[in-house]
Amino acid sequence: MKYIYDLHKTMLSRNLILVYEGEFTQEITKSVLAMAERNMDSMGEESSIKRKVFNVMVECLQNIVKHSDDFNPLSAKRNAAIFIIGKEDDRYVVTSGNPVDKETADSLKERIDSINKLDKDGLKAMYKDIIKSNSLSDKGGAGLGFVDMARKSGQKLEYDFEDMGEGFYFFSLTTTILRF
Amino acid sequence: MEIINLEGTEDTPKILLDKGNGIFEISGRSLPEDSAEFYQPILDWISAYGEDPNPETLFTFKLEYFNTASSKLILDVLSSLEDIDGVTIDWYFHEDDEDMEEAGEEFSELVEIPFEFKTY
Repeated sequence: MKYIYDLHKTMLSRNLILVYEGEFTQEITKSVLAMAERNMDSMGEESSIKRKVFNVMVECLQNIVKHSDDFNPLSAKRNAAIFIIGKEDDRYVVTSGNPVDKETADSLKERIDSINKLDKDGLKAMYKDIIKSNSLSDKGGAGLGFVDMARKSGQKLEYDFEDMGEGFYFFSLTTTILRF
Repeated sequence: MEIINLEGTEDTPKILLDKGNGIFEISGRSLPEDSAEFYQPILDWISAYGEDPNPETLFTFKLEYFNTASSKLILDVLSSLEDIDGVTIDWYFHEDDEDMEEAGEEFSELVEIPFEFKTY
């Protein structure tokens, strides 16, 4: 049972206030959002910061919900993903992790890199360009999630692809929201 | 014309479209799982309204939060209003919500409809 204590210690040392692992649906998205909101309310968080964190959480969670069916290397792992919120004195850290195939990994990397190259005005132009020209994907996405996360946070998006073997990668994405 | 009156939920906005009383309003939170499905009846309603609109239409957006999929559909709503004569938009944002103010400004740059910005 020591792993429970270890997990607890890891959460404390990394300032994690919420960790969810498992299946992601819209119902679960709503529950996670409600928990995080209550948490921020009880800490008396400023409403402008709360909104930005909420914003980033929604895009992150709905990305996982929309794309979780894409991946099925092992039926037991279907829909498996992780969502984490950390809070330090000066920042919130919103992280998601989910498996993707090689092709998806390559296109995600390219998209996030292109977003990270842009400044505030560049991001605004990209947002307007996409919203004008793109129609919704068959999964109902507008292709605006990452751009919006970068805009609302004002920070670069950090990512990582960990090789899971058999042509799959674990995609981790972290967005930081500064508390000032 | 029928009235659309939807109560808001934790992930869908409150919608009131009432031609007779001249009330046209979308407010609250918009982050439905399927934005296109949620907004389709609203787009259909506006398209029917456009056949025989009131001389003036003041359409109010008072959104607290919307996700990116909804932002695409909000632009579709605005675009469908663009073809109707006498439409103005009241875009409300919370006084400390710069992102919602900026979102309204961006929408106003994308369509040819007069916008009024108001705080609540």
